Amino acid sequence: MERFNQTIEKLYREMIQIGSLQIPCRELRDQGMALFREKGIPHGKMEKWRHKAIDTLLLKPDQPFKPYLIQTEPSPYQPIDQVFKCEIKNIGTISYHLLNGWYVHQNKPLDVWENGVIVGSINAAYQQFPELVKKYFNQLNPEKQDGLIALNQALFTDGVFIYVPDNVVVETPIQIVSLVDTLQKLMIQHHHLVIVGKNSQLSLVHCNDSVHEENSFINNILEINLEANAQLHYYKMENKDAQSILVNNTFVNQAADSRFTSNMITFNCGYVRNSLEVHLNEEGADANLYGLYLVDRKQYIDNQVNVIHHVPHCTSNQIYKGIADDEAGANFSGHIYVAKDAQQTAAYQINRNIALTDEAKITTRPFLEIYADDVKCSHGATIGQLDENAMFYLRTRGICLRNARMLLMFAFANEIANLVLIEKLRERLNDMIKRRLSGELTICDQCMMNCADKENLIYDIDTTRLRS
Amino acid sequence: MLKIQNLHVSIHGKEILKGINLEVKRGEVHAIMGPNGTGKSTLASVIAGKEIFDVTEGTITYKDKNIFDLSIEDRAREGIFIGFQYPVEIPGVSITNFMRTALNEIRTYRGLEPLGAAQFLRLMEEKKKIVELHSKLSERSVNEGFSGGEKKKNEIFQMAVLEPELAILDETDSGLDIDALRVVANGVNQLRSPENSTVVITHYQRLLDYIVPDVVHILFDGKIVKSGPKELAMELEEKGYDWIKSEYEQSKLIGK
Repeated sequence: MERFNQTIEKLYREMIQIGSLQIPCRELRDQGMALFREKGIPHGKMEKWRHKAIDTLLLKPDQPFKPYLIQTEPSPYQPIDQVFKCEIKNIGTISYHLLNGWYVHQNKPLDVWENGVIVGSINAAYQQFPELVKKYFNQLNPEKQDGLIALNQALFTDGVFIYVPDNVVVETPIQIVSLVDTLQKLMIQHHHLVIVGKNSQLSLVHCNDSVHEENSFINNILEINLEANAQLHYYKMENKDAQSILVNNTFVNQAADSRFTSNMITFNCGYVRNSLEVHLNEEGADANLYGLYLVDRKQYIDNQVNVIHHVPHCTSNQIYKGIADDEAGANFSGHIYVAKDAQQTAAYQINRNIALTDEAKITTRPFLEIYADDVKCSHGATIGQLDENAMFYLRTRGICLRNARMLLMFAFANEIANLVLIEKLRERLNDMIKRRLSGELTICDQCMMNCADKENLIYDIDTTRLRS
Repeated sequence: MLKIQNLHVSIHGKEILKGINLEVKRGEVHAIMGPNGTGKSTLASVIAGKEIFDVTEGTITYKDKNIFDLSIEDRAREGIFIGFQYPVEIPGVSITNFMRTALNEIRTYRGLEPLGAAQFLRLMEEKKKIVELHSKLSERSVNEGFSGGEKKKNEIFQMAVLEPELAILDETDSGLDIDALRVVANGVNQLRSPENSTVVITHYQRLLDYIVPDVVHILFDGKIVKSGPKELAMELEEKGYDWIKSEYEQSKLIGK
């Protein structure tokens, strides 16, 4: 613990030295560091961390001791397709990349589209549009959050900034790809900011991928602001290798009649924690929060969802599903808070899990905290095995054990993938689910050195004909 | 084709089948009748390979192979089809995908090329007609939200697609109205051939008006107590199961 904190102090000193050049927010760093000193990294005795303590992972003694490093400036520019190529052909997105903690750009740190949309580095945005950024940046009450938020505030390097002005429907989805390509033990703290103006619409695909990585620790913050009647579809894809620790802290603020839809998909990971906090601040706001996780070996996935109904007439719907194989672990904590005056709230939550082995450990914690008296709220949580009667029935038709399991697992997972509205992404996801379930998809699948050990499917299951 | 000898089966220590002997030859249609709870469905489940039953004695051979050496799926691939009394609902798995996976596994087992998507869809359309199925199956999950009649039609539809050599239809008539019964029976009859055998399990004679059996067996108290030509079913309908019961009790007494 002592050594870890010393590392953080050292990294902080490094960051404030470059801070004056890159990020005009020394004050933020100082506040963040002060808060972190007070809070420290979260530990297993804290309610929200008790399922799997992150401190033991971060403090895991290396032999010999290797402290975390921060890359204090962007990597020398190289065309991103030499590092990474998105496997989804013709996905039809406009993509922006981050590499080892920094926004990747050739000449332009900030892209201003004809329709007024701004996309680029948060640092550059801070310099060029300080008023706009300041209004929304770091509005997440760090004092009330855990130490990792403070850590990010103290040490963040860069992030993506997206601004959609009022009355703009962005037809082409924007894709953010966060890459780690290093043989060092990196600590990466991004802080992204997304603003969708009144009556505007955006689809955002956010991928966390590893190319080469060694024991990296990624601690992200994403702040999303939806103005009145704005719509955002947010797709989060995670396919990381087994050594990585990834924490995503997503904060969403919704104004009147806005609609937020998220789809958090985790295929492979070491330790992933997706923390999602959604504030329904004005009447008519609607949040649809979906998630799917397929983990095996010793992987661990934690989804923490927190929906706060501050005002009347808002709706929220959570559907999270997961399959854990081998000794993998999964936790879902879903908190719905309905404030005293938030009458006519409709809030639903479902979490369904399949444990394939006796060693797989799944926990699910629905938590409804309701202070209004005229609401519709429901929750349902299950942890089970594949339906034996269904397995038997499939096998009596000549389908082997393996394919029978595949069909049932695919049907289970498919429900979430089918909620993805970008067609190419949905097709790709279904394909990835199929390969993931048949043990073919590994982290290597993402990189161009395709070293995945491919065991061929005995029969191809035609996913395009599955029921939607 | 199917030969059952002295089959004893129990579940949780309770004996249900107490020495079944039955031989079904190629091309024959057999009916197994009997009151509720005498072990008819157990017999079908044991042939299918349901693992909760303990076979304590006896043999089942199919095409001269010991059926207990074959896995559940291999029994199907060898040509056995069980039409279930209560088909299972499988949400999220479309009938098309289910049948295509099944048929192609069976074809590969038999050394045939798997069917491509277009060929398969053509086959589906053709087979749907046999049981007068009209819905778009690619959009429906297996048995999910099906009415009782649709579930039974779907069983016969699957049988039509998989073209088994031995079909065992367990209470295929239960829960069917007269029209659906006729459709299902017609389907079964269309699939009859000198190469195939069918075992129809029922407790009403009604179905046998449509599917005319070569032999009728009466199962009672875990044993086949009487076998005879199709007229036996008529006699049973007339005299009721009490007739069999008293005859059986008497034979038991004489035996002692």
